Amino acid sequence: MSPTAPAVRVEHLSKTFGPKRVLDDVSFDVSRGTSFCLLGRSGTGKSVTLKHIIGLLRPDAGRVLIDGKEIGAMDRAALSDIRRGIGFVFQNAALFDSITVGQNVAFPLRRHTDWPEDRIAVRVRETLEQVGLEAEFETMPADLSGGMRKRAGLARALVLDPALLLVDEPSAALDPLTAMEINRLLLDLKQRAGTTLVVVTHDVPGARTIGDVLAVIDEGRLIASGTADELASSDHPLVRTFMADNAGGRR
Amino acid sequence: MARDTSGVVDSVGAGVGRALAWIGDVSCFGARALRDMFRRPFELDEIVRQVHEIGWRSVPLVAAAGLAVGIVLSMHTRDSLERFGAEAKIPAGLALALVRETGPLLTGLLVAGRVGAGIGAELGAMNATEQIDALEATAIDAFKYLAVTRIAACVIALPVLTIIVDFSGIFGGFLAEHAVSGIDFRLYFTRSFELMSFDDLLPATLKTAVFGLIIGTIASYLGFTTREGTEGVGRASTRSVVLASLSIILINVVLVKLIFVIFPSQ
Repeated sequence: MSPTAPAVRVEHLSKTFGPKRVLDDVSFDVSRGTSFCLLGRSGTGKSVTLKHIIGLLRPDAGRVLIDGKEIGAMDRAALSDIRRGIGFVFQNAALFDSITVGQNVAFPLRRHTDWPEDRIAVRVRETLEQVGLEAEFETMPADLSGGMRKRAGLARALVLDPALLLVDEPSAALDPLTAMEINRLLLDLKQRAGTTLVVVTHDVPGARTIGDVLAVIDEGRLIASGTADELASSDHPLVRTFMADNAGGRR
Repeated sequence: MARDTSGVVDSVGAGVGRALAWIGDVSCFGARALRDMFRRPFELDEIVRQVHEIGWRSVPLVAAAGLAVGIVLSMHTRDSLERFGAEAKIPAGLALALVRETGPLLTGLLVAGRVGAGIGAELGAMNATEQIDALEATAIDAFKYLAVTRIAACVIALPVLTIIVDFSGIFGGFLAEHAVSGIDFRLYFTRSFELMSFDDLLPATLKTAVFGLIIGTIASYLGFTTREGTEGVGRASTRSVVLASLSIILINVVLVKLIFVIFPSQ
């Protein structure tokens, strides 16, 4: 790990699906231990950016560097090493639906550590407790509510203590109270464990709570970035409108 | 008129091109799976789990089907052979027909129906709900963990299931014969194997490993590449069954010819 390199560097990223240009020359840096919120309307390329950061998608042009190492130039073994240090929370949680919540959270530990089962069980219960799901150890994912699924997905992403956490729409389809709980949990992670956060969201109040730096993406282009207050007073009319229309009161 | 003909030729040509491209993609998928089977990590736990799902759970289906086909084949064989006074050859004729062709093909088609649909739907649903991406994000090779293990399990399970079909078919033949002629169980089994050699049993049984490779590869490929959400899951499941069954029937022609070339005594 290069101590001077940003945790995440996205350089001139472009991606096209069929005739649609989803990302167009997107660049930004995320410093270690900070939180970066990528804001924008639905379908503007936020989730696609996140999937490029973890190497689930290959860019048509540009590159992504994690701790100074280019994701696209890595072989599978190197990519796996990098991914072990990254947690990814999917928008719909993407829990493995044939195993229980406890087994979902234990899965990365069973695959990537040689811990005995009793130690794994302790760690899984600790992580589930952290997200308020300690009672759901034996529950199947299909029996969880939307908010619980999201928290279970967060627990699975956190169980290996990642240095970098990528979160896709933490508050999507959640009631305001649950969304606020998840935002507080993310904030606590950053402050207590020094986890670097990259959060994709369309929830401006949530981004204000979590984000050190906010960026707005529109039709695949990054049109502004800065602190929440800087964006609120941006010269760009769309950014100002977006921040004002979605403000919903500061938390 | 000439323009109409050229339009038909163009569209047939485009269809053939798409079919060849598809066959090429599936072949590359299968070749990659074969290569990865012998590379670390071997995912043995998952292969054992899949052999249980694909193999063990198919036993009731294939055993029942083998029994029924054995009974029916025995009735047909008796109908033909008793015209020549050759009833004593019914067990041997039935056993040869089962072991050399009916058993392997029946097993391939039954497993293509049961397992092909299951793998196509399961992987398609995992794809649609981002579970495959979640595996990758957890630093796990999803292709190896999901596709290679299922394909390996199909390759291992098919020959074993074929032997079960062969023997349940022979037992079905015995039941039918016993009902008609009252033949003794030991005598029926002795007669069943009096004309059979390992050259009859071994190549025909082992060729079903190729059927397993075809079923696992096509179903996994369709599951991995589905892009149309829930509708795509259904389509992947149906296409897995249809294409795997058709491929088995077609490849069987080549395999039978190959067996005759390698084992000319047949």
